[in-house]
This record gives sequence, structure tokens and C-alpha cells, in this order.
Amino acid sequence: MKDLVMETRVDVQTVKIEARKAQVFYGTNHAIKDVDVDILDKTVTAFIGPSGCGKSTFLRCLNRMNDTIASCRVEGKITLEGEDIYDPRVDPVQLRAKIGMVFQKPNPFPKSIYDNVAYGPKIHGLTRNKAELDQVVESCLRKAALWNEVKDRLHAPGTGLSGGQQQRLCIARAIATSPEVLLMDEPCSALDPIATAQVEELIDELRSQFSVVIVTHSMQQAARVSQKTAFFHLGNLVEFGETSQIFTNPRDPRTESYITGRIG
Amino acid sequence: MSIGLLLLIILGLGLAGWLVGRQRAVASVAGDIRKLHSLPGYYGHTVFLMTTVPAFLLMIAWTLAQPVVIESRIADMIATSDIPEGSSRGLVMADVRRIADGLDAVVARGEGDATLAAVGVEGADIRARLAEAGVAVGGEVKPSVLAAALEYRALSGTALTALAAVALILALAGLGWSISRIQGEYRARNATEAFVMWLLIGCSLIAVLTTVGIIASLVFETAHFFRLYPAADFFFSATWNPKFGGGSSLGIWPLVWGTLYVSAISLVVAVPVGLMSAIYLAEYASKRTRSWVKPAIEILAGIPTIVYGLFALITVGPLLRDWFAQPLGLGSSSSSVMTAGLVMGIMVIPFVSSLSDDIINAVPQSLRDGSLGLGATSSETVRQVVLPAALPGIVGAVLLAASRAIGETMIVVMGAGAAAKLSLNPFEAMTTVTVKIVSQLTGDTEFASPETLVAFALGLTLFTLTLGLNILALYIVRKYREQYE
Repeated sequence: MKDLVMETRVDVQTVKIEARKAQVFYGTNHAIKDVDVDILDKTVTAFIGPSGCGKSTFLRCLNRMNDTIASCRVEGKITLEGEDIYDPRVDPVQLRAKIGMVFQKPNPFPKSIYDNVAYGPKIHGLTRNKAELDQVVESCLRKAALWNEVKDRLHAPGTGLSGGQQQRLCIARAIATSPEVLLMDEPCSALDPIATAQVEELIDELRSQFSVVIVTHSMQQAARVSQKTAFFHLGNLVEFGETSQIFTNPRDPRTESYITGRIG
Repeated sequence: MSIGLLLLIILGLGLAGWLVGRQRAVASVAGDIRKLHSLPGYYGHTVFLMTTVPAFLLMIAWTLAQPVVIESRIADMIATSDIPEGSSRGLVMADVRRIADGLDAVVARGEGDATLAAVGVEGADIRARLAEAGVAVGGEVKPSVLAAALEYRALSGTALTALAAVALILALAGLGWSISRIQGEYRARNATEAFVMWLLIGCSLIAVLTTVGIIASLVFETAHFFRLYPAADFFFSATWNPKFGGGSSLGIWPLVWGTLYVSAISLVVAVPVGLMSAIYLAEYASKRTRSWVKPAIEILAGIPTIVYGLFALITVGPLLRDWFAQPLGLGSSSSSVMTAGLVMGIMVIPFVSSLSDDIINAVPQSLRDGSLGLGATSSETVRQVVLPAALPGIVGAVLLAASRAIGETMIVVMGAGAAAKLSLNPFEAMTTVTVKIVSQLTGDTEFASPETLVAFALGLTLFTLTLGLNILALYIVRKYREQYE
């Protein structure tokens, strides 16, 4: 368990996203109940828990992706750097540019590799000319550890890449808008172990620049990549703390049952 | 024995065979159907199919071949001298068939075979008798023709009996053979599966062969036309002026121009409106709105084109004339390309919108999520991700609309008139290829003049045009396709 080295830096870092008494309803179904979480800057936070426990739902609240579901309603307070993201004055479109998202299944657009990465900068007008855009694309692909594999075929379709490459392309695409927080919804569940290892390595590197929130089904993965872990069960946040503490010395009996494989 | 009765008997044999086959299969394993390779019903199926299908196929082939065979036997009975001036053997043979049918009708009226024999002797009476039975025969019936007709009847009767015998033997043979094959390990399920495959192949062949047949007949008649009328004049002359007295000028360009002009206007109306309403329905509308807006748009597709034609004639035409054409000094006709184009555009909106809506809906939600998750707005997502992904299907929808527009006749007749003209003015009356095909083939026309046969050349041109459009669209789709999983 040498991966579980305590990160002492964590304590001094600033809070990026703060959720207080967050509630989510799907119609009359109360999916998330009273969740309080602090997402720290330059930290990987993992959400774990059995299927259907609400961890993905909560993740999607953080960049208001749940707005696209008509029956979904969010209550409570979620702030990004002190600003309520559900405030009517906040434009969800702008918010999503600040809080990027990577999905469970790789979903490259049916465009070239270059255009996939350039998509965000183009729609937000982040670059002034082609040369600058080229630079952004290259640096994002480098950060996503994909540059060496695709530099000779930037104009080939992104859908032609392998599953792992596609997911790294989606990560490059997400970081191209220079978000402050990167949300990842089970980013490795559709990948083989080698691709998973590459993406995990990447997540660890991304931590130096972004705050990363990752939903995962694999407890090993949570233990490997995260510094903070939140355990969800039946819509409740059961326990939230240092990853090392959650995995070695859980305070709640439900957490212990889950990480030892008795529930979920 | 009539064909209908024969069909019933064979079907009955088949059904009996089904029962016997099933029973035999069950009996072969002493009632324990778990030991059978297939479910008992499948054994029944194989017997049924082996009994009926070969017999039916034989009947179809026989009924197709019979007239040809019989006519070749009878043709010799009619001397060349019996063929009237300006007629052909084919026309005389048609008379023979009609008289034979008439004789059937006489017999059916209960006058019996004795009368029929008498008719053979006193040939002069035959016209009156046939007329009594409700069959009109033009001109005097020559004795040789009557003799041929009697022979035709006799041969047909014999042939039918022979068919019945052969078909029944075949059915019984199939029945016996397939029953004898049945035992526990016979793979009846696989045999049925193979039959299903052949059935499917047969059906797709029918579609393909029909197309080939239609093209062949078009090509054949067109070749006939070009023997009577110079191809160069057809393709390079810019006037369309058919005169049934001869000396007509049959240049295709005014018609092709009219067709393209009307279709282009209709697509200019239908594609943006249809596509945008599809986008609204697929991306913005709530489920409830969609559930009534979509059927409402589709009602447009259910309106008969003649009603659209009325709309063009009564409403749109005069409106355009009074508010646009006359004030702008562009013409004074209420029939115009613009009228037909606009109304046709409205007609094809549902083709574009309904198909595009289905196609846009088929684009995976994950692509939309990906784009929205990057901070794109809905319309940016539609423009940059959804539409490119749906492009091949949308091009298909537009093409379908285009071929509907090109093939449309009624709206053009009522909206754009029937005057073939080469003009750029959209408020002038023009006409299309399809309208001219109708007008060249309807009415009292002789079927051997270039004025009539030109319809086939026009049809072939139209076919080539739509084929060209299809190929172009395939090329566009291949080139610009952005594939998604």
C-alpha cells in the first residue's frame, strides 16, 4: 500500500468547489440527500460507492450537466470559488467551460483529432490565430500523453483511434478550454488495463494544474489516484476524508463493509 | 379443373402433410419430443413446404409459358394472306385470343359445347353471338382465325388439364418424399431456415428484376424512338413543339429546364424549413410538444397532390400574380414556376423534416453531452457536432425530397401550366418532363409515331437525371461523412 502515502500538502490548499446540503430530485425521487463536500484545488478527489448511489448524479451537478435532464431539480448550495453556481445570474454554458468533463465512454466528435481538441478553444474564442490554436492543440495533446501517437495524423478522424487513445483525446479536448476543475465520470470503465494505467498516470500529472474529481467503481483506482475520497451510499455522503484514512481506517461501518467487499 | 380449385387442393394436401409430418416426427421418438432435433412443428413445416412450393412454382412457370407455347403452335394456322393490310401477325393473334375468350363467355352463358361446334360450321354468325355474350370483335371473322381460336381453346383446355395432373403429381411426390425423410435426428429446423433464406432472396430478386425490366423496356422503346426521330434534335434542340400531323420539334431542353427550375425552387423552400423544424423537434422541443407537432407536420405528406394542385391554382397562383408578378412587371400569368415550386416545396417539407428528425435523434447522446460539457450552447452543438454526424442521413432525406419534386406531375400541371419554355423568369408559365409524358401518352394517339414514343425517351432522361443525383449524393456523403459509433 505504498500508493497511499499521505499528501501533507492537501491541508494547505484552497477550496475550489464547496457543496452544502446539496439535494437532487429526479421527479419525486430524492436521489441525493444533504451532501456536504469540499473539493480542493490541485487535488484528486474520488467518489466511490455502489451502483446507483448517486455519485455520478452529484458529479453532474457540479457543472450543471443535470440541467439537460428536464425532470431533474437541484437544491442546496454549490459554490465555485465562493460563487453559487445555481445562481440565476450564472450562465451554465460559461460554467461548463470552467468545469470540464470527461465521460464514461470515450465520445470523440466525428471530426479530425485536431478539430476535436480545437473545438473548445474555437467556440470560446480562446486563441487569436491559427498558430496559437496549433500550439494549444499540441500542448493539450502532450499533456494528455497522446501527442507522440497522433502527431503524424492530426487530421485523421478521432473515431479511428483505439479506445484508450480516444479517452485520452477526450481528456485533451476537455483541458483545451483550460478549465479550473476537471470532472471525470468513470473515465476508465470502458478501457483495458494498459489504457487504464496510462489514463491514471495522466490524472496524476493533471493534478499539478487542475482540481480533478473522479467517479470510479474501482477502489484500487481510487486508492491509486486520489488524495481525498468520498463514499456515497443510497444518495447519502457517508464518509469524506483523506484517501489513506478512508481505506485504512474508515470511521463508518458502511464504508468498511463496502471497501472490504461486503456491500455494493 | 380451374386454377383456383387446383390451388386449394394443393394447399389442402400441404396442410394434411403438415399434420402427418408432425405426427410422424412425434411417433418416431415414441412421444418424447425432447429426443427430436427440432420442435415437432418444424417437421410439419418441411412437409408443407415440400408439398406446396414446388407445385406452386411449377404452376407459375406453366401459366407464364403456356400462352407463348400455344401461340407458336397456332401461328402457322393463319396464312400470311389472312393478315389484313397494315396489320401484323401479332394483332391477328390478339384477335384470336379475344375470340377464344369470347367463346368461353358463350359457353359460360349455358349454350353448351354443341352450339360451339355449330359455330365452327357457320362462321358468319360468330360476331353476333360473341356480341350477345358481351365480347365485341372488330371486323369480319375469317374462317382461319375462327379455326385458330377454336384450336386455341382446345389447346388451353388440354394444357390446363395437363398442368393440374403434373402439379398434383409433383405435390404428392413432394409430400411422400418429405414424409419419408422424417425421423428423430432429421434437422427440420435448419431445413426450414434454408427455405426462409431462399424466400427472402426471391423477394429481393423480384425488386431488382422489376427495376431491370422497367429500364429495359424504357431503353427498348427509346431506341425505337431514335430510329424515327434524330437523337441530335432531341438532345440539342431548344424548342418543344409536338405536332401530331408530323414535322414536330421535340427538343428536351425546355422540359429539363422546367423540371430543374421547379424542383430547385421547391427544395429551396423545403430544405431549410424542413431541416430547421427537424432540429427544433429533435433538440429543443419537449416530449409533449414533439408528440403533437411531428404528426401535424406529417399530415402534410398525407394530402393528395391534386389538393395541393388546387391550392396552387386557386390560392397561391393568383396571390403571386397580384402581389408580386404584376407589380414588379414580371408577367401576368397565374400559372408560374414560382407557384408550382412553392406549393411543391410545402408538399416535400415532411419528407425532409420527418426523416431528418429520426436521423438527428439517432446521433448518440454522448456526443451532445461531450459538446455541452465543453461549454458549447445547444445551437453550437447542433451546428458543429450533431449535423455533421447526421449529414449522410440528411443528404438522403433531401434526395428523397428532390426525387419527389422531380417526379411530381399534378402540382405542375395545375400550378405551372403546360407551356414548354426556356426562361429565367420565375413568374412565367413553364412545364416539366413528367407533365409532357402524360400529355404525349393520353388521348387518341397512334403508338408508333415519334410524338408518342418520345414519352419513353423523356422517361429515360428523367430516370438518368435522378440516377445522376443519387450518385452525386453518394459521392458527397462518402466524401464528407463524419463517422460515429
